[in-house]
Amino acid sequence: MRSPVFFLVCAAVGIAVFIFGKVLNNDYFFFAGYTVLQYVVLATGWNILGGYTGYVNFGSAAFFAIGAYSSVVLHKTIPLPIPVLVLIAAVISGVIGLGMGYLTLRLRGSFFAIATLALAVVLQTLVVNWDFVGGSRGAYIIRPNTVPIIGSYIEYLFLIMLALAVIALTVARVIERSRLGYGFATIRDDELAAEACGVPTLRLKLIATTLSGALMGMAGAPFPYYIGYLQPSSAFGLEYAVNSIAMPMIGGTTSWAGPLIGAVLLGTLQQLATVTISSAVNLLIVGLLLTGFVIIAPSGILGLVQKYWKGRDVGFVGRRRVSAGGS
Amino acid sequence: MSAALLEVTNLSKRFGGFVALDGVSLSVAKGQRVGLIGPNGSGKSTLVNCICGTLHNEAGSVHFEGEALDGMVAHERTHRGVARSFQLPRPFVTLTVADNLRVPLLYTAHVRRGGHLTVAEANDRCAELLGLVGLADKGQKSPKELTQIEMRKLELARAMAAEPKLLIADEAMAGLSQSEVNDIVALLINLNERGITIILIEHIMRAVMSFSQRLVVLVSGKKIADGDPQEVVQHPEVVGAYLGQ
Repeated sequence: MRSPVFFLVCAAVGIAVFIFGKVLNNDYFFFAGYTVLQYVVLATGWNILGGYTGYVNFGSAAFFAIGAYSSVVLHKTIPLPIPVLVLIAAVISGVIGLGMGYLTLRLRGSFFAIATLALAVVLQTLVVNWDFVGGSRGAYIIRPNTVPIIGSYIEYLFLIMLALAVIALTVARVIERSRLGYGFATIRDDELAAEACGVPTLRLKLIATTLSGALMGMAGAPFPYYIGYLQPSSAFGLEYAVNSIAMPMIGGTTSWAGPLIGAVLLGTLQQLATVTISSAVNLLIVGLLLTGFVIIAPSGILGLVQKYWKGRDVGFVGRRRVSAGGS
Repeated sequence: MSAALLEVTNLSKRFGGFVALDGVSLSVAKGQRVGLIGPNGSGKSTLVNCICGTLHNEAGSVHFEGEALDGMVAHERTHRGVARSFQLPRPFVTLTVADNLRVPLLYTAHVRRGGHLTVAEANDRCAELLGLVGLADKGQKSPKELTQIEMRKLELARAMAAEPKLLIADEAMAGLSQSEVNDIVALLINLNERGITIILIEHIMRAVMSFSQRLVVLVSGKKIADGDPQEVVQHPEVVGAYLGQ
């Protein structure tokens, strides 16, 4: 399927989901759906660096928070429509991703992961001590109850996150099937061999940290409007760091579909647990599933599917044709 | 003899107190088949790594087609036409065999052709290379499913996909049977006949002698002999290095 067609199919599915929500006529559908879609964007963004290139980023909550706090700063200075805030958040978190890449990408494995965790701690400390955005007290965002044409504000936020999810998935799929995606895969498999094949590994890693940071920042930009009251402990929450890693790992990290499957599965389970048991049980669910998958299916759900097809002797389900052009 | 393709001058490399290369000079002409031998720890792989940019030399210089490679990173040297195969095969295990070849096609051949490699051309070239090394029916397999010799062939095919002017094969025959060694030697000679200059690093002397037009010997980071293979193996220092004084 060509990329524009893929984008249109995603958009059509998104519109169908929105219409389904409208027919259901229940605000909770949009409220919970927003969270699931937010995780789709966050997990897809994380996967571009962590899954495609194999560099595990423990600082995803920091990029999410950068997006959220950039919206707070702009809300207090030049109030802008949320789509514009999302774009600005993407640029800011992309630039910070680039900076993080420049400073840390000579590190590998656990050293890189610890450095990204340190970035999150440093940024959280800065935000806690920054009075303009509310410091440790947090900041209130007063949002309107309705928006023109769409109606309910939560439906408006849902639509924005739906659009971001479609964009994130399309970006991830385009990368995966391009020259850039091949380069990322070689970095994940063997950097020395990649360089010997002519792959400019350092440049590609910087592209990956920038794109990944931008997408994760985009996921956080509408968050203050969703939650209404943003404090450092919610923006830099452990659940964002854990979920953004666990969802692609459970779905499968080598394809755009993995984070989508993981986010929809885990995100929905968490929402169900929140309303039926308690929100505190969410991380327990993630932990148990992650442990189970690491032991039973380290390549995630997609890996299991590939194994099944391989068992049917259709050859190795690896990558497919690629465009010789592109980055 | 044609002009020098590779010119290595007084190359030195140390690892802490250990001198891995000590003022090695080497000139390789276009189209030559050069064998590079030496006992373990003699500096063969370090020399390859310094030529390919995996390691950076502390002294001396490497020129390729008259251009200084010193300071260039590995992928830039590959783009200029220096390709290598690894001593231990290092395939991209999450990609198919065919995709392993597409990587150098997309990143090096594409660049070397000024960005004019089309998808169809890349696919044709990929199929051609797989056929050349005898892996035509393995394109959609995972490299993990290949045998030892197939893995070695994949290494060579991947290096070839970068469309190199100089190919450095680092112990491409280690662990292979006699007939498999013959296959690889025939393949390397075939590649050389297509105009590619080849440096073969190898411990299997039968293969080295049947392949090389010229033999270079390294011992303890120093070049001790360089010339006609039949004469070099009779050299007293070479005999001493291999059999003990």
